[in-house]
Amino acid sequence: MTDAAPMGGFIPRDRTWQPDALTPPYKTSVKRSPQAALISFPTTLSEETSPVFGHNMLGPLDNDLIHNFAKPGESAIGPRIIVYGRVLDENGRPVPGALVEFWQANAGGRYRHKKEGYLAPLDPNFGGCGRAITGEDGSYEFRTVQPGPYPWPNGMNDWRPAHIHFSIFGHGFAQRLITQMYFEGDPLIPLCPIVGVLKSQEAVDALTAPLDMHRTVPMDARAYKFDMVLRGRRQTYFENRPEGM
Amino acid sequence: MQKLDYLKESPSQTAGPYVHIGCTPNFSGIEIYGEDLGAVMKTGPVQGEEITIKGTVYDGMGMALKDALIEIWQADAAGLFASANETRGQADPNFTGWGRSPGDMDTGEFTFETVKPGAVPCVDGRMQAPHISMWIVARGINIGLQTRIYFADEEEANAKDPLLTRLEHQNRVRTLLAKPEGDGVYRFNVHLQGPEETVFFDV
Repeated sequence: MTDAAPMGGFIPRDRTWQPDALTPPYKTSVKRSPQAALISFPTTLSEETSPVFGHNMLGPLDNDLIHNFAKPGESAIGPRIIVYGRVLDENGRPVPGALVEFWQANAGGRYRHKKEGYLAPLDPNFGGCGRAITGEDGSYEFRTVQPGPYPWPNGMNDWRPAHIHFSIFGHGFAQRLITQMYFEGDPLIPLCPIVGVLKSQEAVDALTAPLDMHRTVPMDARAYKFDMVLRGRRQTYFENRPEGM
Repeated sequence: MQKLDYLKESPSQTAGPYVHIGCTPNFSGIEIYGEDLGAVMKTGPVQGEEITIKGTVYDGMGMALKDALIEIWQADAAGLFASANETRGQADPNFTGWGRSPGDMDTGEFTFETVKPGAVPCVDGRMQAPHISMWIVARGINIGLQTRIYFADEEEANAKDPLLTRLEHQNRVRTLLAKPEGDGVYRFNVHLQGPEETVFFDV
């Protein structure tokens, strides 16, 4: 622990900022949302600890979706992009050693999944998943093809904006988070009922990655920057020890 | 006035119907990594009582979810976590404490081969009853659901648990109890809604 102050429990999750469980325009949420109030309690060791993921568990192509499922000498079809960013906590500190897993549709908007019914074709050279572990500065990076938008059964004509799913595992089980990254300028973003569960434009912006020409590799791949923020821990020399919880 | 320059936690979005592609790709038939993370919690001979946790996640219509991802995190038999944040001692080196299950392809039933956890203290030093933290994501779940598995056969410890005893609706405690079925198997079904709705936590 390099921090000057001892670490307290995790800062409570801001439920006024995070989406609600019940969001009827996203129909599947209706029967999958708890109706009783969540029971609140301060984090304990059970929530303030997490497994350790070492860099040595990664394969050389784990963060290269263009090649990690492709036949030797071949590559996935689609607009080549780099996605990079940092995992930070609410205090603005980097979260090193975080496990970041990502998955997505191919450039035509088709997932490699047996329950997927969209008529766009599979790309034989694209699996659709990758992973990385953040460095000391919280940074991660991967290479992929830009996923396509696709229709989904919800309303009569709902389309998902192009997106990449992210799962992030930080230093405490209480930080566990899954989210999605959208692409700057996609006209489907404001139309999507899943984006619509977000409570503010600020929240939508927090999940929208800008094009970054500085990180773009000329004649190769465009770059998008996507930072993610996990819950932070209180820092205090005056940790109270209440009688109750 | 100065600004409090905290960052906002990234907003959650549903894991969607294809979370298994990203988190258990081998289960989905995508063989890029050697094995799915969290598939094995015991990497060698473990200390303590070996148990199996089985269960199913049901929606508000009583249908089993087949597209969920369930993760558990727990202490070892001595109450120690295999974590960098564990300062009280060295956890069992053959026990990861972390499991991840996509559920059975056909039924959705999840299975964790694990050990019965030891007790862990809470902030004020009081001991908590043995428990396992659980996190559930799926299509239709906008933000991961956190709950805990306690054990129905730990009546004495449960009766003193700081969290269980403060639940207003004591008739809901039973939704947090895994029931022994013999041979070390415990059943812990999760109900997202309805009269048997599982207690979920904001922790």
